[in-house]
Amino acid sequence: MLYLQLFLSFFKIGLFGFGGGLAILSLIQHEVLTYGWMTEQEFVDIVAISQVTPGPIGINCATYVGYTATQSVWGSALATGAMILPGLIIMLVVCKVYLVLSTRFADNAYFQNTLRYLRFAVLGLIAAAALLLITPATFIDHWSVVLFGAVFVLTILPQLIHSKQPAVKKIITTLSHPILLIVLAGVAGYVIYS
Amino acid sequence: MLLQLFWTYLKVGTFTLGGGYAMLPLIQREVVDYRKWIDETEFLNMIALAQAAPGLIAVNSAIFIGHQVGAKHVTPTKGRVWSRIYPYMAVGAAVLGAVLPSFVIILAIAMVFEQYSSMPAVEAVMKGVRPAVVALIAAPLLRMATKANNPKPFRDGGVLLLSWALVAALLIWLAGVSPVYIIVATIVLALVATWLGERHRTASTNKRSNPNNK
Repeated sequence: MLYLQLFLSFFKIGLFGFGGGLAILSLIQHEVLTYGWMTEQEFVDIVAISQVTPGPIGINCATYVGYTATQSVWGSALATGAMILPGLIIMLVVCKVYLVLSTRFADNAYFQNTLRYLRFAVLGLIAAAALLLITPATFIDHWSVVLFGAVFVLTILPQLIHSKQPAVKKIITTLSHPILLIVLAGVAGYVIYS
Repeated sequence: MLLQLFWTYLKVGTFTLGGGYAMLPLIQREVVDYRKWIDETEFLNMIALAQAAPGLIAVNSAIFIGHQVGAKHVTPTKGRVWSRIYPYMAVGAAVLGAVLPSFVIILAIAMVFEQYSSMPAVEAVMKGVRPAVVALIAAPLLRMATKANNPKPFRDGGVLLLSWALVAALLIWLAGVSPVYIIVATIVLALVATWLGERHRTASTNKRSNPNNK
């Protein structure tokens, strides 16, 4: 029963997961919290781990959730497979009709508009994912707010500062790298809380 | 051939940190520049399709490239059944290569993390990391919002669509609406809006051409 539920949930995530990893996060969050497969805190921890390990965030989440929900490797494989399946079916159909598609759909108003609308909807999904994570479990004291602010500012730094000097540019892009920021936040956490 | 596909995607999957978009330049270098399995234009078309289809971009690209490469490099002497199955085997090899590294690494972490997560040091580190993760999810929104309606952010109903994104966020956040419904509603909305727009356009062109007829 648990396996069936896991399969259906991740199939749904794969089917409606438009717009890349961050957007899919919102769908995973909803399913995982609805079925109580993990707490909000555990979910944040997994997102953090996904950011610092290789591979797509969606796959990482599915593998982790599959394991923690069932305590078995098969749960992991099932969740990951279920998430890939809808994309697999659709992409194989796309491959078959690829030549027709690329010429006819490129200018199709319905197709293009739907993609444009979805790009906006995905913004809402990601915003909701972030808002849902602002809980007492993640923001425990004023240091949490400071760390949130610092990481936020450093991430958008490339958009804030437009420097023509390549050296400055390089420093800014390095500083805004998510992996570095997670590691720095971890070090800060260790210094503050232990 | 299958092994080459598997190996290529295994490499890409192992050495890209931070999700699907980070994989694309690496895939391009391996598949277009080095192996020359497909050309530049086909690659760009592939990215557009992989993004338009639901699911993960990295996996979708593996499916597409696997299929195209498999269909091109099949050995015709091995018979008809073989040439029909071969592209699907190629898809399997590419997808497995793309997924396997993250699957193995995450599984290993999942198995040990629960035992270590109660350690005070690990708990302290995670306390610092959690608010950072929330910031990392929220911060790209600004850039994505300006890019969503390329090239003019506020033209062609951009403001209305941004408000829809805001409403969607509030519905999910406060009312607990499933993101699935938001996606479905957005698709319906887009189709209806396009239909109305097209009808309006044909109506106005008819009006303009009518006086000439009389």
